[in-house]
Amino acid sequence: MCNSIIQVEVIIPTQTKYLDLIGSIGEHIAKELDDYSGDREALAYHLNLVLTEATVNAIKHANHKNPKDTVKITIHIQENELNIKVYDHGQGFDLESVPLPDFEHPKEGGMGIFFIRTLMDSVTYTRQGDCNVLEIIKYLS
Amino acid sequence: MNLKQEKINGCTVLFIKDERIDAHNSGELKEAILRLIEQGEVNIIVQLEQVRFIDSSGLGALLSGYKNAAAKSGKLAIANMQQQVLSMFELTRLNRVFEIYADLNEAFEGET
Repeated sequence: MCNSIIQVEVIIPTQTKYLDLIGSIGEHIAKELDDYSGDREALAYHLNLVLTEATVNAIKHANHKNPKDTVKITIHIQENELNIKVYDHGQGFDLESVPLPDFEHPKEGGMGIFFIRTLMDSVTYTRQGDCNVLEIIKYLS
Repeated sequence: MNLKQEKINGCTVLFIKDERIDAHNSGELKEAILRLIEQGEVNIIVQLEQVRFIDSSGLGALLSGYKNAAAKSGKLAIANMQQQVLSMFELTRLNRVFEIYADLNEAFEGET
């Protein structure tokens, strides 16, 4: 059981050069979790990847008419639940309609959401006020 | 993106010198591979020893190179993958698509 509370909030411009920063935060958090008994190296990679993919997704779906648009990312760990929220200000998309990749005929795109769904325990995408929120939960037990 | 290329045994080996391939630099990688193929270098080995992180767009760039090389009767293979990077190929089953070598020696084994 991990009792410590970690809360991180980062706001970045909608530019891919910040992906490394966001992914690295996830990686560092995984390496410093108290009492995590699983494969820490794998968790570090997975959090790096999921934060990277979720942030790319938000940048892609951002409001491109506004050059000052931002993406907000929050990471919250309490007890054994790790919660990531990524906020965009774009038109949004239908998460449920994103298909599984066709493994027999692989394509260049469409693997990002697959990674998030496969590596984490819950993913939702909802409208909240003037934002869309991609919420990702991973149980650390 | 920091790339180095070398011709070995008739193959073009593309050494990726960055630790991270993500949506910020994967476009550049894709373009670099396409340029090689357009120049007639259709047998390519991408050496990933330095790469400790790849995202879906990085996998997409390599897949694009694979398909374009294959369309010209060539081949794009991968060598020297770190374990976590390899696990991304396994998760997406791309390990069934690419020829994957432990290192360049293995890649050239059996060739005269």
